[in-house]
Amino acid sequence: MHSKSKLVDAQWDRSTPSNKPVQRKEVMKEQSKLPGKIWKWVVWGSVIFFLLNVVLLIATVAVNSVGTRWFGTLLPEGFTLHWYVQAWSDFQLASVLRVTVEVVGAVVLLSVLLGVPAAYALARVDFPGKRFAMLIFLLPLMVPPVTYGIPMATVMYKVGLAGTLPGVIMANLVPSLPFVILVMTPFIEQIDPNLEAAARIFGANTWKYFRYVLVPLLVPGMLAAGLLVLVRTIGMFELTFFTAGPDTQTLVVALYYAVFSTGVRAPQSIDAMAMIYMAITLVWVLIALQFVSPTQLVSRVKEQPQGE
Amino acid sequence: MSAFAIRAPRVAGRDLKGWLVAPALLCIVALFIYPFAYGLALSFQPLNGGSAWANYIQFFTDATLWPTLFVTLKLAVPATLINVVASVPVAFALRRKSRYQKLVTTLLVIPVTLGTVLIADGMLTYFGPNGWFSQAVGATHLYSEEVRLTHNYWGVLISLVVSGFPFAFLLILSYVTGIDPTLARAAATLGAGPWEQFRRIYLPLLVPGLTMAACLSFVQAFSVFPSAVLLGVPAGATRVISIAAYEAAFESYDYGLASTIAIMMGFIQLLIVAAMLTARRAFYSGPVSGGKG
Repeated sequence: MHSKSKLVDAQWDRSTPSNKPVQRKEVMKEQSKLPGKIWKWVVWGSVIFFLLNVVLLIATVAVNSVGTRWFGTLLPEGFTLHWYVQAWSDFQLASVLRVTVEVVGAVVLLSVLLGVPAAYALARVDFPGKRFAMLIFLLPLMVPPVTYGIPMATVMYKVGLAGTLPGVIMANLVPSLPFVILVMTPFIEQIDPNLEAAARIFGANTWKYFRYVLVPLLVPGMLAAGLLVLVRTIGMFELTFFTAGPDTQTLVVALYYAVFSTGVRAPQSIDAMAMIYMAITLVWVLIALQFVSPTQLVSRVKEQPQGE
Repeated sequence: MSAFAIRAPRVAGRDLKGWLVAPALLCIVALFIYPFAYGLALSFQPLNGGSAWANYIQFFTDATLWPTLFVTLKLAVPATLINVVASVPVAFALRRKSRYQKLVTTLLVIPVTLGTVLIADGMLTYFGPNGWFSQAVGATHLYSEEVRLTHNYWGVLISLVVSGFPFAFLLILSYVTGIDPTLARAAATLGAGPWEQFRRIYLPLLVPGLTMAACLSFVQAFSVFPSAVLLGVPAGATRVISIAAYEAAFESYDYGLASTIAIMMGFIQLLIVAAMLTARRAFYSGPVSGGKG
């Protein structure tokens, strides 16, 4: 029994000194390491294969957008920037980009302005119906946009908001506002409530406490929440697609229509637009990654390891 | 008396602060809860008259509607399984903070944030008959026939993996890194090998997180829309439920039927998520904490 546990130790823990002869130990190690090594290679090989394909997939768009003619060869016959000029006029990118900036800007601003006070109330005050309010804020993050987008678009068509800029902005608020609230509530919870008492003791009124104590402490959280909403709203396809009219398409919806009607325009021109979309998104992703973790960027909420 | 006098204004102040939640709440009620209730009511008012359940009866009898359910499940279930099952070993291999962890997570964030529309656009060229992927397969001479990975079932499934795997992986990674590594080391000193450590220590602690990740991945895959249109056969093999809902609403302007389909979609998602959570409770009952203390 005693010797067996020693053996196992030598097998699994290289740092454990063993009394067994060196040769024996080496044999044991190799036997146990081989399947582990193969497994490691399989895992890493798959990861690299996946990433390689994703990178090449994106590179295809980039190469095609600057290629003259590309048909069944490794690289296009020649290179040109002509497609960017053509895409700009083909897809009225000036107006599409203006709409995108307006929609994204308004959504970020409104969701932070409405979301931060709500998060403050949820973090600091116990009021009747708090759990119910929390549930209402959680629902839009649980239900996928396609599911609630259709009834929402129906109501918007009925009241005449569909196709208008306010309609698109309101549609995009539905997932963004709860998102800001869910990011900001734990952030506000970790701000020491004694700071308010301290500020009061030193004679600060509510406005002064807000301006000189609370806002400076909130800014990092607001920045992170705002950036997350920004990146998500640029890529938010379904809700914008359901509610936008011909003059209120954001870049991602315009890209969808372009890919959908391939054949009407040159594929290189579509890829040039895709590159512009990609460049805008990636710049903001890179900025956002300075402040938030990749998990936060992708999942709805920063998941706690508690599970439930 | 004096204590009451001090406390009273504070309580009033607290109540007022609670109202800060009102604007946001109003916004979500008006833009989310009301439309949902409206859609639910609308689904019981069929366009062509008849009984209140006519839209639901149509959903389950119309040969263009009920099969969408199975088409969607046929895509969403394998996609969820692939994404979650493949994420576990990768997250496990990258559980320690390192340069590789940062590199892989950053690279994986890109396809998710770019979104399904751009991925579909890239895939159309990359996996297309003249794309790099087909060229590479042709060059290896392993598979002589033409590889067709766009405008069919596989195209949509691949796009669900490309955008869904990073999502599942990043979620699961955050669960794996939340598990205290000293637990596994303690198991190792008692003679557990890597596999035993995984099976006895990590897996039980991961089950709640895995269920959560599977639920979220499934809901996302089940509501697949742009890639099913762009990369699949929107009239045939990949006519998923969201395409049916979209067509009912924006092509035949039957908002009642569209709401019915949307509500069925939400209902089935709820059903499967509930089933997964119940199954987890049946198979595993233990601490739900990630072992971080």
